[in-house]
Amino acid sequence: MEFIVVQFLTGLASAASLFLVASGLSIIFGVTRIVNFAHGAFYMLGAYVAYTLTERFEGFFGFWGGIVAAALVVAAVGALLEIVLLRRIYRAPELFQLLATFGVTLMVQDLVVMIWGPEDLVGPRAPGLRGAVDILGLAVPTYDLFLIVLGPLVLGGLWILFHRTRWGVLVRAATQDRDMVAALGVNQTWLFTSVFALGIFLAGLGGALQIPRNAVTHLMDLSIIVEVFVVVVIGGLGSVLGAFIAAVLVSELNAFGILIFPKISIVLVFLVMACVLIVRPWGLLGRPEGPARQPAGLSIRPWQPMSQNQRLVMLAVVVAAGFAPFVTGDYALTVLAEIAVFALFAASLHFLMTVGGLASFGHAAYFGLGAYGAAFATTMFGMPMIGSLLLGPLLGVAGAILFGWFCVRLSGVYFAMLTLAFAQIAWSVAFQWVEVTGGDNGILGVWPASWAASPAAFYWLALAVSVAGIVALRVLVFSPFGYALRATRDSALRSEAIGIDRSRVQWAAFVIAGTFAGIAGALFAFLKGSVFPDNLAIPMSVDGLVMVLLGGIETVSGAVVGAIVYKALAIWLVSQTDLSKLVLGAIIVLLVVAFPKGIVGFAEDLLARRRAKADDGGAAARTTPAKAPAKAPAATSGSGAAPIAAPKMEAAR
Amino acid sequence: MSAPILEVEKLSKSYGGVHAVRGVSFTLAAGEILALIGPNGAGKSTCFNMLNGQIGRDTGSVKILGRDTTGLRPREIWRLGVGRTFQITATYPSMTVRENVQVALLSHHRELGRLFGFAGARHRAEADRLLGLVGMRDLAERPCGELAYGDLKRLELAIALVNEPKLLLMDEPTAGMAPRERVALMRLTATIAREQSIGVLFTEHDMDVVFEHADRIMVLNRGSLIAGGTPAEVRNNPDVKAVYLGEGSVYGGEAAA
Repeated sequence: MEFIVVQFLTGLASAASLFLVASGLSIIFGVTRIVNFAHGAFYMLGAYVAYTLTERFEGFFGFWGGIVAAALVVAAVGALLEIVLLRRIYRAPELFQLLATFGVTLMVQDLVVMIWGPEDLVGPRAPGLRGAVDILGLAVPTYDLFLIVLGPLVLGGLWILFHRTRWGVLVRAATQDRDMVAALGVNQTWLFTSVFALGIFLAGLGGALQIPRNAVTHLMDLSIIVEVFVVVVIGGLGSVLGAFIAAVLVSELNAFGILIFPKISIVLVFLVMACVLIVRPWGLLGRPEGPARQPAGLSIRPWQPMSQNQRLVMLAVVVAAGFAPFVTGDYALTVLAEIAVFALFAASLHFLMTVGGLASFGHAAYFGLGAYGAAFATTMFGMPMIGSLLLGPLLGVAGAILFGWFCVRLSGVYFAMLTLAFAQIAWSVAFQWVEVTGGDNGILGVWPASWAASPAAFYWLALAVSVAGIVALRVLVFSPFGYALRATRDSALRSEAIGIDRSRVQWAAFVIAGTFAGIAGALFAFLKGSVFPDNLAIPMSVDGLVMVLLGGIETVSGAVVGAIVYKALAIWLVSQTDLSKLVLGAIIVLLVVAFPKGIVGFAEDLLARRRAKADDGGAAARTTPAKAPAKAPAATSGSGAAPIAAPKMEAAR
Repeated sequence: MSAPILEVEKLSKSYGGVHAVRGVSFTLAAGEILALIGPNGAGKSTCFNMLNGQIGRDTGSVKILGRDTTGLRPREIWRLGVGRTFQITATYPSMTVRENVQVALLSHHRELGRLFGFAGARHRAEADRLLGLVGMRDLAERPCGELAYGDLKRLELAIALVNEPKLLLMDEPTAGMAPRERVALMRLTATIAREQSIGVLFTEHDMDVVFEHADRIMVLNRGSLIAGGTPAEVRNNPDVKAVYLGEGSVYGGEAAA
């Protein structure tokens, strides 16, 4: 009994920091409509800066002053980020905003290691709160009790700020109707900046307050951001009180879950989240979103199947790729095989994201499930490689059938967050279920059959499967089903009115995308000879998103080009620099801000413009858009992400 | 006269304490054009969305072609043979004009589940015939996203005709159009309705359109029908003048006088 009480108090103390960070995210989303992926990075920065300050200035004022100063420093950095980056992308689709802030997260990860080093840092205890209080015979740290009181105090303070100050009234008005507030003459620009700074202040404070309890590590950003996503989704995006309730709920689930179900403690939280979303898709205290902004992938230029000439060019490209083993060495072939695998993975995500308008932030789940499926088939059931390649993806299919059923009930940001949550569930099962999956050690010994063991043979296999998959996906885009899927993306209202069952079509698309991702995953398992939980972790999902974006979100098959360029670049970067995340993050940010249509989209724009200049309807044979090597920062800066800005073009023949 | 296409009986809906629609009953015959008018907030759109299945009703019954529609979703009601156009147009901006019609045709022929075969080649001639009907044949290749608003309204009419409907529901079909376009669109609708004996129910704020094209007019105020009849009867109804039309203007009065 006593133990339960103490465990409950520990849960409440953990809830305080979680609430601070989550309320910051919620406030920022409420006004700016940006889901700030970098929020965890600011939480981490808060902890690191607080560590440095409290180490330097000791004593009572040194510690508490250091905590507050750290939060203020981080808030200033946040305001700078808002001014430099976010102002340019407020009108962009949600996906771009999530990606840009993810890019910032990547950069911060490398910067933090650069400044503070890779080791975990242990901060000082809080002066005046070092001891413990005796509760029911068990010692509870005084600092925990302080945190338990702090949570409700901050909640009350925020309430007063939002309901009793002029600034707060403006913020609430902007939350309801940004355009109206602007029309009433309020300077929105600085309102947004101040709201963002406040949200980041709360994140930094949450991080700084953690240092007496936990070590400061450079991995704390991703772990908190996932928890914070869960909190705001359960509580309702934009609701501070909802964030408080959900933070307590999640922290208690964690505190007791570890006692009652140690095996599935991580899963438990996500299960609760999935349940809440099914009953209340907008969270406990959230409000239904208005009509969604323009979905990702909507192109003003109607798609067309390839002409005969384009097909011949593509065939030539594939045949040329088939000759690679005669001109390169083994290492290059392994890299090329990996690129082929990721081209298929990216194409499968692209199908869901561009054709279906469903931006999945957890697509790696199906890739990883396919990989684990293949590994199980090989190591547990002793299947030959072909059998494993056929059966393995079925695990991905099963995952997509199950998760997809829930996900397609939502749209926009909530869809993205739920897919992310399901991917985390899959990841935690792989991570925690050590008896079956080997946990962190993964499954080794997934080697290809002898006929495919040489790098050249495996490369040909990967190339063949990948090309077949990409062609199949392209056929799907132009099939009646592909049109139905695009229809549900373009207008849910019209689709329902002409007899299309939106959720069934999208569910089917989800399963199709999961199937091809699973096939790619199974190939990947044999390529590496092993599988690890990393294969279905968030960074893998984000890799997929970046490939799609890099290739061009409005194009039919840009993802393939994106995968080739991104993967080659990433492998090259890792070999060239220790700061690969910094560079990669910067590239992502640059892409979103300056180059939102991607390589293929940009090339198509150029072609369209040239054709418009030529200005005769019977334009001659098209050159292939896919191969044009576009140089990066050409597009105009600013918020160009809105597809509406695309130059108009006749769908002439 | 044959059985009515649409039979509405004692339809009601309230939101919290607000009775948006109360006890509305009427019928619509094949080939008849019926206008539903009334001031803002009278319950026209609520009525429409209940007929269409977009929102559920509290009480009352709706029969379409003699079939009870309780619990049917919009897509199921569409399968009964109901075409629908929206107040704010809903089309597919990423497709060409022809493809917009083709998607509806594919759905009508239950072919949208097919995973291969080029959809753009299917039902092309039929799509072009429908586009020709609304005078958009030469716009077939245009991206829908760059059409003028009036053209979008005409496209919606073409889409609404793909399943050879017996009933057309048009929510403010001419809103946002230029005066000349309005007359043209309604004349077109009337011609098609008479030729194919389709029953048309529409709401509209433009009284020139209403009084020129409707066979019969119903007036809704605060959720209840306060008048109904031929344009001439409604025009001279003192209640209707009081709540909606006003005293000054007498639409189409010269013709009736």
